[in-house]
Amino acid sequence: MMQTLLDVENLWVKFPTRQGVFDAVRGVSFTLGKERLGIVGESGSGKSMTGRAILRLIRPPGIVEADHVKLDGVDLLRKSEKDMRAVRGQRISMVMQDPKFSLNPVMTIGAQIIEAYRLHNSASKTDAHTKAVEMLEAVSIRNPERVMRAYPHEMSGGMGQRIMIAMMLIPNPEILIADEPTSALDVSVQRQVLDIMDKLVKERGMGLIFISHDLNLVADFCDRVLIMYAGRIVEVCDADKLHEAKHPYTQGLLNSLPRLDAPRDRLEVLKRDPEWSKAQSVSGRV
Amino acid sequence: MSMLQIEKLNVWFGRDRDRVDAVIDATFDVAQGQSFGLVGESGSGKSTILRAIVGLAPTWSGHIAVAGAPIGKRRPKSFYKQVQMVFQDPYASLHPRHSVDAVLGETLQLHGFTDIDARVVKLLDDVGLGQKFRFRYPHQLSGGQRQRVAIARALAPEPELLLLDEPTSALDVSVQAEILNLLADLRQEHNLTYLMVSHDLSVVGHMCDRLAVMKDGKVVETMDVAALRAMKAEHPYSQHLLQASV
Repeated sequence: MMQTLLDVENLWVKFPTRQGVFDAVRGVSFTLGKERLGIVGESGSGKSMTGRAILRLIRPPGIVEADHVKLDGVDLLRKSEKDMRAVRGQRISMVMQDPKFSLNPVMTIGAQIIEAYRLHNSASKTDAHTKAVEMLEAVSIRNPERVMRAYPHEMSGGMGQRIMIAMMLIPNPEILIADEPTSALDVSVQRQVLDIMDKLVKERGMGLIFISHDLNLVADFCDRVLIMYAGRIVEVCDADKLHEAKHPYTQGLLNSLPRLDAPRDRLEVLKRDPEWSKAQSVSGRV
Repeated sequence: MSMLQIEKLNVWFGRDRDRVDAVIDATFDVAQGQSFGLVGESGSGKSTILRAIVGLAPTWSGHIAVAGAPIGKRRPKSFYKQVQMVFQDPYASLHPRHSVDAVLGETLQLHGFTDIDARVVKLLDDVGLGQKFRFRYPHQLSGGQRQRVAIARALAPEPELLLLDEPTSALDVSVQAEILNLLADLRQEHNLTYLMVSHDLSVVGHMCDRLAVMKDGKVVETMDVAALRAMKAEHPYSQHLLQASV
């Protein structure tokens, strides 16, 4: 039996709107051990909201409800905002989707990484600088000294994303929630970044929640996959068996991908069945 | 006939110790009606080539010719009637306070069209959006719908060459399939030439006839899609890229 790091039971995220309450996440349950758990789905399926709700990053008027969200047996939903701050970054870290909006545009990259490190560790500026350069090298950034002096707008999207990953991994968290961390990267770099994350999960016994819309990537990289549609989990399967998935939604997603080995004139477009969103959420507990 | 000719193109940013040579001696040729793909890792200079063509990267040297006419430092107005660009991120490339009607109307007006009303309707139909989206704002549209508006805007001046900078990388796979189908249809209907940047080899394999592989600002290999499908890349970097994407 794998040690459970995170235990989520019946999680709901609601947003009151003029047209009534909108449920972004509807009764999602899953557990996370020292493993790589993938969450896939289209935009709007609630996968990012699930990640954010765990860290209680949903701002009012958004409402997060759950029977419990337990980190090492302690319910995060009952913690005070002050205690929560010690969890974020330190114990559960999150790599956001878009480096353009997540990096501070008026601070140099170096200053931002050093700040992230010194916030959680008492280190001198020189030590933090060395550590930051090492971390940038670890995410395979060429010429890290130049990057340390540069501002976010001087970076390409892929470099920005790797900088974000470096910044999030520097405090050495127990759980990393990666929200589309590699969607801005190209295949060759993607592999490198995934290898870095993979190493961390194995070496430090980290749990990883990997949120992505890229089915092939998840099938390749994760241990277990939750497939979400309209705020619910429609299917749970082992990642290596994703291509044998039974739910028509998962199959539709797989078929809409262009393939090098099977050229087609037109790509298949997903046809949605309203029944999919009505069905009960499948539990992702082990 | 070649629609776009690029010879010994160099693009750089910054100066002295912060100088970056983004594109080094890039040379390739896109025939009329062809769809040409540029692939490579981020920072390899593929988007920069597009930006240099339309004039968004002012520090370049070399030779760029569109339909046989060389481009100088200043582009004439007629250039933008011929060449248009679709950007990567539909969330950032549309003005948040302008309705779809305003975005398309303004573009048409700037290009000197007078029958704006009829043309807006036609453009929306062309990209499969239809009338009901005409007076919406970007925040009322999904990512795929926004990209359709961005494509409609690029089609407004009736261009011959469309530069596509990762047109689907910000979209879901299911929406990506719709947009790629749309782009394929539009190319046939309007007899367009595409220069498409993508980091996804399978997307380029699906959309393009030929492609160039870039690394560190240099074009390392130009090949046919047939060669790509047969995994017959010559340069070691292209082989590595192919292996990583299957």
